[in-house]
Amino acid sequence: MKEVIRLENIRRHFIVGEEVVKALRGVSFTIEEGEFVTIMGTSGSGKSTLLNTLGCLDTPTSGEYYLDGVSVRTMDRNQRATLRNRKIGFIFQNYNLLAKTTAIENVELPLLYNPRYNARQRREMAVSALQSVGLGDRLQHRSNQMSGGQMQRVAIARALVNNPAVILADEATGNLDSRTSFEILVLFQRLHAEGRTIIFVTHNPDIARYSSRNITLRDGRITADTRNGQILDAQEALAALPAQND
Amino acid sequence: MNFVNLFRIALKALGNNKTRGFLTMLGIIIGVAAVITMLAIGQGSKKSIQSEISEMGSNMIMVMPGGDRRGGVRSSGSDMESLKLKDYEDIRDNASYISYISPLVQSSGQAIYGAANTPTSIYGVNSDYLEIRRYKVSDGDFFSDQDIRTAAKVCVVGKTVLDELFPDDPNPVGKVFRFGSIPFRIIGILESKGYNSMGMDQDDLIIAPYTTIQKRVLAITHIQQIVCSALSEEYTDQAIAEIRQVLTANHKIKEGDEEDFNIRAQEEMSTMMTSVTDLLTILLAAVAGISLLVGGIGIMNIMFVSVTERTREIGLRMSIGAKGRDILAQFLIESILISVTGGLIGVVFGIAAAYLVQLLADYPIAIQAWTVILAFAVCTVTGVFFGWYPARKASNLDPIEALRYE
Repeated sequence: MKEVIRLENIRRHFIVGEEVVKALRGVSFTIEEGEFVTIMGTSGSGKSTLLNTLGCLDTPTSGEYYLDGVSVRTMDRNQRATLRNRKIGFIFQNYNLLAKTTAIENVELPLLYNPRYNARQRREMAVSALQSVGLGDRLQHRSNQMSGGQMQRVAIARALVNNPAVILADEATGNLDSRTSFEILVLFQRLHAEGRTIIFVTHNPDIARYSSRNITLRDGRITADTRNGQILDAQEALAALPAQND
Repeated sequence: MNFVNLFRIALKALGNNKTRGFLTMLGIIIGVAAVITMLAIGQGSKKSIQSEISEMGSNMIMVMPGGDRRGGVRSSGSDMESLKLKDYEDIRDNASYISYISPLVQSSGQAIYGAANTPTSIYGVNSDYLEIRRYKVSDGDFFSDQDIRTAAKVCVVGKTVLDELFPDDPNPVGKVFRFGSIPFRIIGILESKGYNSMGMDQDDLIIAPYTTIQKRVLAITHIQQIVCSALSEEYTDQAIAEIRQVLTANHKIKEGDEEDFNIRAQEEMSTMMTSVTDLLTILLAAVAGISLLVGGIGIMNIMFVSVTERTREIGLRMSIGAKGRDILAQFLIESILISVTGGLIGVVFGIAAAYLVQLLADYPIAIQAWTVILAFAVCTVTGVFFGWYPARKASNLDPIEALRYE
């Protein structure tokens, strides 16, 4: 299996006033292609810092980070921006769609920053990404005309459109009701089945049961790294939910 | 990220906030329109003064006696009797850059006809004077060389004098009136020229042969002035040099001595007058420019609000691969778009307002291409200048902070 992410003794220290806050105190792990990893931890455990590091938004104080074989630590702002554009798909808790903008324009956004694609190619890729998340019939809907679940699907399509090496989801179901959450989880499991590498940061232990591996963080260190032998099927959980009859 | 995409993004952002975009533009629209209208008015007055001066004869040259100092007492030029008829004749015969030349003697006094009388001036000249000052005889004739030789008591009269002396007579040619105690017969009437730009009535005069004024009115043998026209405005300097040459020789002025005459060209006058209107133009443009500046600050203000409001969007764009310069360009294009669109509308409004001024206030205007280009260039620069700082701020945002911004 190909190695997508390799962290070697990552430390990240912040200086707040006179104090040094050690958010990450030596984190090491590797993630291979096709894994669905949940990163769990309470607030203050360092999982946001780890996510920012994995997403190339932040650089570690020390330690090495290889994304798809490329060392990120020595890259400057612009190089990291390009790397994010080509290798990473972000999914946020609050969707972060552009206001008053159609689904297709939102999904096209990452491709706008890649000179390789022309307008026609961008549109084709955006349409196929939207179709793959089940929104093929809502291409021209604006972000303010959609439900939370639909908006998150658009956001997922946006994360998929550049065919990234890794998808980073930050509490992607945090703003959704449980039914919609399971629908989104079904989508994530399908992407996993298609061979996508997914990292899902959450504080909800239930999500971990649907992923293939679970890393737990506490006080900036990894306290557990377990493979899930029995992955639950989100489709079944969705079916088992009581029918909405109101 | 290519330019077309950035352009589209900026247009879309403006489209999402139409009212705000328009209000921001309003500052620029008013500023540009004000600059164009004000410059049109300033340039218009300049042009009208220039044309009035050239009506008076822009190639006119006047020679007057200069002040002199004898025994330490400086006397005024007009008291001097240093200009002689011979000077006039020598210039007339020798100068090649001069087309018309006339001696001039002048007296002020009361013109009297029956019970009517009016204070006015009488000018003694020859027939070239009409050409030099661009006067025309509308009724009757001008006096002849014969009249000059015989010092005939004939004259040509301006409209203002006629209106005072002959209020009810439509054709006073042939009538005899008195100037002081001397009777003059009217042989012609001058076409009216109205007031000049300095407010002087150009029709309040009587023109007679210079010999008549010399002998019968003033009883002098010298002349007070020589007026002449250069071949055209460009030859004024050569004509002045020729006059100077003749006069220094005639008056036996040694090298280094003070001249006893003054030569003044109408050209200087026109430069002086236009410098006044130039100042006016600059003042008007400065006031208008300030309003453009205020408009620019309005853009900066709104762009700051826009950057703050869209912090999350900026964070998102950065997280999916926008570089700092992409964000910079996006906001810069947005502010340029506001200012250039505002500028275009302002140009239209400015030109319309200028014509409205012309139509309603009957004020001369002149819209010149350079003022329009200048106003437009200034507002593009305004867009870049005042858009830069907010755009810079946006491009320097930390994507992590920006994404978390509430």
